[in-house]
Amino acid sequence: MSAQSKTFPHPNPPPRAGEGDERAARQSPSLPPRAGEEPAPEALLIGGARRADGGGLERIEWMKIRQDFPILQRKVHGKPLVYLDSANTSQKPRQVIEAVDAFYREHNANVSRAVHQLGEEATALYEGARTRLAAFIGANHRDEIVLTSGTTMATNLVAYSYLLPRLKPGDAVLVTAMEHHADIVPWQLICKSTGAHLKVAPINEAGELIVDKFIEALTPEVKFAGVVHVSNVLGTVNPVKELARECRKRGIPLLVDGSQAAPHLPLDVKSIGCDFYCVTGHKMCGPTGTGALWARRELLEAMPPFFGGGEMIKTVSFEGTTFADSPRRFEAGTPNIAGFAGLVAAIDYLSGIGMANVAAREHELLEYATPRLQAIPGMRIFGSAPGKAAVVSFLVDGVHAHDLATLLDQEGVAVRSGHHCAHPLMQFYGVAATCRASLAFWNTEAEIDAFVDAIGRVRKLLA
Amino acid sequence: MSDLAINTAMDAQREIIEEFDFFDDWTGRYQYLIDLGRKLPALADAEMTDTNKVDGCQSQVWIVVTGDAGKLDMRAASDSAIVSGLVALLLRVYSGHSAREILATDPSFINAIGLGKHLSPTRSNGLASMVKTIKAHAERALAQS
Repeated sequence: MSAQSKTFPHPNPPPRAGEGDERAARQSPSLPPRAGEEPAPEALLIGGARRADGGGLERIEWMKIRQDFPILQRKVHGKPLVYLDSANTSQKPRQVIEAVDAFYREHNANVSRAVHQLGEEATALYEGARTRLAAFIGANHRDEIVLTSGTTMATNLVAYSYLLPRLKPGDAVLVTAMEHHADIVPWQLICKSTGAHLKVAPINEAGELIVDKFIEALTPEVKFAGVVHVSNVLGTVNPVKELARECRKRGIPLLVDGSQAAPHLPLDVKSIGCDFYCVTGHKMCGPTGTGALWARRELLEAMPPFFGGGEMIKTVSFEGTTFADSPRRFEAGTPNIAGFAGLVAAIDYLSGIGMANVAAREHELLEYATPRLQAIPGMRIFGSAPGKAAVVSFLVDGVHAHDLATLLDQEGVAVRSGHHCAHPLMQFYGVAATCRASLAFWNTEAEIDAFVDAIGRVRKLLA
Repeated sequence: MSDLAINTAMDAQREIIEEFDFFDDWTGRYQYLIDLGRKLPALADAEMTDTNKVDGCQSQVWIVVTGDAGKLDMRAASDSAIVSGLVALLLRVYSGHSAREILATDPSFINAIGLGKHLSPTRSNGLASMVKTIKAHAERALAQS
């Protein structure tokens, strides 16, 4: 690893201005990296296998990929860390850590304001993130990407800038029963101030959206709909293409929250056919405080700015201000430049492995974990939708979720316990909290065994 | 009214530290904590009200306080085994003492027995919230005395 770092001291060489689009084109998983580009993780494919032919999944040496994550070497309470909380936030590969470090050591300057060299480099990195994100999620154009601090800022931006001026008393916003609070509360706030109301499409016991009911609920008073692509609690992958088609037929804009999809699935917002799509960087190997809103260009152009400040204007006088074009008019103030430099590295990293490979490996791990967890007496797993993402929410009979998570922590196992920012979903299942183990491509079967064994040991304490 | 034989809150903290010293690994400490929680006398359903519920805990905790500034008695319950144990320890330290003594006592034993992480204000099982609730009762009792 260190040899690679020495050969490539800049894990994240800034693109020259104007180079961004061309670099992004190279992020397509079917294209091999160019000579001289950052070597990992392509170099870790067994036998240097490449997807040059564009077909099939190659074998990947996942144990080597794992070595890219420095934090996985540490111990917790004297035990090797078993991190099963990637849905909460992902761990970061050294490529991302080094890119953030390199930004502050070598490129630090503010964006879009300075003509000096460092300013240009910082701007190129920041704008590079926009280009990378556009390619990563399949946007038509980089100007459809508003860089935000994450999904919560993206949904709030849509709520205040798009929804607020449009909702009237009696209107409704449709969501699903499995939404994250970031896709409930912003709409609720807007409903409250406009006299509109929230409608909720139900789910079934397996944790799947009842699509017919969702479609039935798309009545004329519904002026906006929001759904999670992948549920953070259940792992359910919603049929967003179908939902988008039904919304579109009725002229209802659809926002898809992709926080839990972008880190785990190949994405193409064009083929989904939704109107807004949100991603968050910290769940996809990137730094915290990074993310994006993708929106159809005509929608972005019709949206007034939400945050006012520097860098989002054309001209300012005390009589009035004219605003910059979208997406920059939504990016007031100095952004998290170092974070976006890291996000560039994160997207390169994930693209290097290939999101289809990531999805396949995580599916393999889920298939390994599920029967082993089910074999634990008193185990109840929430969410059994076919093709679900590698998230297992569970409870063990007679054991409080927090107690289980607290004692698992003593065993070095990190799981989340609580309501997972999805109170309505907890109410649906009639529980106050669950434990949630969420897997990433770098987790191992041995870690799952350690997790299952640890549950066995700690439940004896609680029995 | 004062009873000379009664232990102080400080004595109770010392005793708890000595008891936990006996264990050399976390399993023993937590097992003991959980056992202490199990021994808490149950609260009546009628006592598990929102008024008695401690805010700021993701687990449910109820603390029932009776008496006056001269001596406050406490009983408690939780749906979490670990939180039941933590609140049982707090009752040993705080219950049966004067409001002034309660207000003057900080739960330093928690760090000493290796459970300090439960003290963090953002911690979901909110030991800090429980201490705050107990002290708020003591303040109210003093104000009324």
